[in-house]
Amino acid sequence: MMAATPAAATPAAATPAAAPPATGAIGVPLARIEAREKVTGAARYAYEHQPDEVAYATAVPATIARGRISALDAAAAMEVPGVLAVLWHATAPRLQPVADGELAVLQSGRVAYRGQFVALVVAETLEAAREAERLVAIGYEPEEHDSLLREDHPGLYAPETVNPSFPAATSDGDVEAGLRAAAVAIDKTYRTPALHNNAMEPHATVALWDGDDLTCWDSNQGAPAHRATLAQVFGLDPARVRVISPHVGGGFGSKGSPRPQLVLAALAARVVARPVKLAVTRRQMWAVTGYRTPTIQRLRLGADAEGRLTAIAHDVVEQTSTVREFAEQTAVATRMMYAAPNRSTSHRLVALDVPTPSWMRAPGECPGMFALESAVDELAIAAGIDPIELRVRNEPEVDPHSGHRFSSRGLIACLREGAERFGWAGRDPAPGVRREGCRLVGTGVAASTYPVYRRGAQAFARAEPGGGFTVGVGAADIGTGARTALTQIAADALGAGVDEVRVELGDSALPRAPVAGGSAGTASWGTAVVKACRALRERLDGEHGGVVPPDGLRADADSEQDVADQEPMARHAFGAQFAEVKVDLDTGETEVSRLLGVFGVGRIVNPRTARSQLVGGMTMGMGMALLEESVLDPQFGDYVNHDLAGYHVACNADVRDIQAHWIDEEDPHLNPMGSKGIGEIGIVGTAAAIANAVHHATGIRVRELPIRLDDLLWAEAADGS
Amino acid sequence: MQPVMTEIALTVNGREARLAVDTRTSLLDLLREHLDLAGAKKGCDHGQCGSCTVLVDGRRANACLALAVAHQGAEITTVEGLAGGEELHPLQQSFVDHDAFQCGYCTPGQLCSGVAALAEARAGWPSAVTADLAADAVALDAAEIRERMSGNICRCGAYPGIVAAVAEQAAR
Ligand code: FES
Ligand code: FES
Repeated sequence: MMAATPAAATPAAATPAAAPPATGAIGVPLARIEAREKVTGAARYAYEHQPDEVAYATAVPATIARGRISALDAAAAMEVPGVLAVLWHATAPRLQPVADGELAVLQSGRVAYRGQFVALVVAETLEAAREAERLVAIGYEPEEHDSLLREDHPGLYAPETVNPSFPAATSDGDVEAGLRAAAVAIDKTYRTPALHNNAMEPHATVALWDGDDLTCWDSNQGAPAHRATLAQVFGLDPARVRVISPHVGGGFGSKGSPRPQLVLAALAARVVARPVKLAVTRRQMWAVTGYRTPTIQRLRLGADAEGRLTAIAHDVVEQTSTVREFAEQTAVATRMMYAAPNRSTSHRLVALDVPTPSWMRAPGECPGMFALESAVDELAIAAGIDPIELRVRNEPEVDPHSGHRFSSRGLIACLREGAERFGWAGRDPAPGVRREGCRLVGTGVAASTYPVYRRGAQAFARAEPGGGFTVGVGAADIGTGARTALTQIAADALGAGVDEVRVELGDSALPRAPVAGGSAGTASWGTAVVKACRALRERLDGEHGGVVPPDGLRADADSEQDVADQEPMARHAFGAQFAEVKVDLDTGETEVSRLLGVFGVGRIVNPRTARSQLVGGMTMGMGMALLEESVLDPQFGDYVNHDLAGYHVACNADVRDIQAHWIDEEDPHLNPMGSKGIGEIGIVGTAAAIANAVHHATGIRVRELPIRLDDLLWAEAADGS
Repeated sequence: MQPVMTEIALTVNGREARLAVDTRTSLLDLLREHLDLAGAKKGCDHGQCGSCTVLVDGRRANACLALAVAHQGAEITTVEGLAGGEELHPLQQSFVDHDAFQCGYCTPGQLCSGVAALAEARAGWPSAVTADLAADAVALDAAEIRERMSGNICRCGAYPGIVAAVAEQAAR
């Protein structure tokens, strides 16, 4: 169980020198601003907006994996009472091309993957739309498809860059020579499956046209960015488009870019001249809302007899679609994690007849660190060195890749504090020797990391004539606690109490701000909010003697330049995760009896919501280790377990003692809050810590996720029983 | 095929609703699309996630798996009906206090499920982890709560807060 009193477990964060004059709202475990709306059911999510005369749309997915539509007969569907329209490529209005080919919905008869939306039904009621959807008769000319990722696929190529803009390959020194010179070396291949984000709220849009003005209530991670793309698709002046998203039921990356339903809802509303709602169904989410690519990763590590790395090589094979290239940056974290004179990384992709992979919580770091941190554990065992000690010995002084110094690097502190809290000292490294009844017990550790990004944003702060302040920023609160954190940040910058500040977000009518992604939300939005609030405070005090003028007073800020001007440095968050597992000798079942993470993530803005985010990431990492896998059927080119009965995410009973802690970390090189992002680092390293613990428990090294019962069924206690 | 419409009357959050429903309409869609009660959420529409959980005659049920037409005369309580006016239901308050949610999308289902789980334990209903099947009432320890709340998925991973919140009410 997590400690019930949040304050008990964690030392309070210190205040860095760069902090604004504080009233002390930052660092307080303030309850979520919108908590009441969320527990009473008053919070409205996208699909729950109900304009007058709203019509219901449902999308029709392709039933082949590659080919073209040869015929479509909508007559039977149109006969269903209440059906207003059936749209497909021959009848849908033309759209403007945009970079993401997935948004060119109903624009051609080509089918690029099974499940791609090929038609849309609009009706008076959801029931009529669903019935009609089944009656749309589609003839296909199927072509041979190829949907299975293999490391020897002839179509593998090196992309120009990997997400978002890193070089695809790097090489320093001579890896082969470093491996030859090594006293111990490992050369292993690790595999992670396709994983689906599966936010609880399916992607949904309600679209409403008023003349040429378009309003969409949409479930996304950034209303301004979605508006920009939507305006482009319809060839509209962005000023005529508004995207509103006050409450979003999770995203985990899958709502970071517009999905087909946003465009389809607007398209349908245009055609039927009525507002239209459209939700992607849970099952359709496997095809059209993104996922994490499966990966095949070869790791080669060499070390001298003291465990100092002589070579690190990380070579990745992964997939993209034929619609759009998405290259996950799987090996990028390896470039800066550990010191070694000889290092190389590479990524190769193959464009398959599959849905387009996309961002899922910690793209790159999450699958990449499973492989690296498993390999480091294997190396430590081969070298006979404690895995924490091995990591400490390979701590780099500067970022080995860029040569920049680290703004702060808390890895060793996290490992040490975690070891203390977890009770690592005196651990017997021998695998397969601890038994509790019919279960084998083991412990494991792995490192976490995530980069610290920040993007330019705009914000306003307004002193209201009736008292109090309003702060506006086109941010998103997808469950992260952004609304609450920004309230605290604004309160401190204004020198006001949190009750005096109202933050508006989730609306493209607010100042332009980047999406909630890359764990950069608080840093990006917060920088602009602090700037606006300080400017307002200055004007209020300087020009108005602290008295709010009768019309109120507003200050606007843009942080673009501040972000561009920041000194080049290696800015990353680090962490250490510890797992204890119990593996049942009879069933092969793994229970994670304890999971403990310690993170170096700068200053914590809100300990309550921060802890929830870190624990939430670790929980998803536990699911990745033991449960989650989208299973591709190469015959049909489809994920066969495409629902929540077939794709298991961690449920309440899977989560036992789970704890997230953080170290005091003052980093003046980040942003006015001194904070690092916390949305993603929690999922990085979890799966490796669990796999390492499973090895310690059983002596079985599982290099392909998820860890299955049958991987461990042949585990034996050391005494042979 | 013309939709078949049937007149039904049921009580939702203490108020009588009388309306003609399409016989294909689920209880969940009745609440969300026809009665403007969007509290119950649609996470899967397949009985696999629990976000649509409501109380039907006092017992928890997945509203996505129930047909509205089959609920003539039923008493339905949704998350909107838990609070007594301005005052939150004690479990709602515990959810706030323990940060038992992030995005909040699973929360209405968790709350209805939690209210029912508390009542089930008080009535002595055993779960898969109950040691004494014959006991009059079941003490809700963490293992019991986790088991009984596992029909409600929270992708944000707010489980520790949910367990703490239900435990707080179980201890009252
Ligand atoms: S929506 Fe009913 S169980 Fe998921
Ligand atoms: S709070 Fe987001 S799914 Fe539970």
